[in-house]
Amino acid sequence: MDVGLTHYLILSAILFSIGLFGTLSKHNAIGVLMCMEIMLNAVNIAVVAFSRYLVEDTVLLTGHVFALFVIVVAAAEAAVGLAIVITYYRDRETVDVEKADSMKG
Amino acid sequence: MGVDVAFWIFAILGVIAAIGVVAVKNLFRAALSLVLCFFTVAGIYGSLSADFMAIAQVLVYMGAISVLIIFAVMLTKDVRSGNPFNRAWPWAFVVCAALMGLLIFVFQDTSWGTIDASQVEAVNTVTEGESTTGAIAGSIFDKDSGFLLPFEISAALILAAVIGAIALVRDK
Repeated sequence: MDVGLTHYLILSAILFSIGLFGTLSKHNAIGVLMCMEIMLNAVNIAVVAFSRYLVEDTVLLTGHVFALFVIVVAAAEAAVGLAIVITYYRDRETVDVEKADSMKG
Repeated sequence: MGVDVAFWIFAILGVIAAIGVVAVKNLFRAALSLVLCFFTVAGIYGSLSADFMAIAQVLVYMGAISVLIIFAVMLTKDVRSGNPFNRAWPWAFVVCAALMGLLIFVFQDTSWGTIDASQVEAVNTVTEGESTTGAIAGSIFDKDSGFLLPFEISAALILAAVIGAIALVRDK
């Protein structure tokens, strides 16, 4: 079977769903951040696959540039997110997201 | 043909690694599984003839972000609780399985069209099989249709993120 755009998009959908499941179902804040990175990677696969298959025998670079900006934002997000987790751990001695409820009404 | 084989190997390995990130009890092993997942995504970029993206993936994700995550795992090591699921995980599983089924159905049902090369600007294209590295630079820094402003903003964003991270974790 020839591998085409649909295969890449389905791979992207599977990875995105696994990442979303992990994000919604984890106690550990670092586990949640790890699953968010999987989701960002899944989206990047879809973007790069579209830019490869939109024009026949040509690689369209707009998608690559867009995916690069997603990588930049993901790097910034990881740095700030993990800094927040470490600050939270210092404060509470735990990284459980369900215990972060001091703003709950 | 070789590209197809590479796709299947990397796709299956990547899905297994992603499941490992979610399912493995030990958080450190989940982080290592995440590194494998990043690597397979780099391989997928390679099979899409996106060579610069593959290198950027290896440098940024496997090099920088995975080290950051492993450092965070080490600094907040909580051996007792590990990486368990919360109360709502069956609901999350149902929602995510439904989303996955819906997305796969839509992706298979849509007839993805192609456009002609004359409809896109030549500066944004590269012939299949050629290196994309220099062409991406040309595409970002092109005078008329480039991405100069987003590029500058992303530099400012990275600087803000670094300063913010230092300000957050520094001792008071």
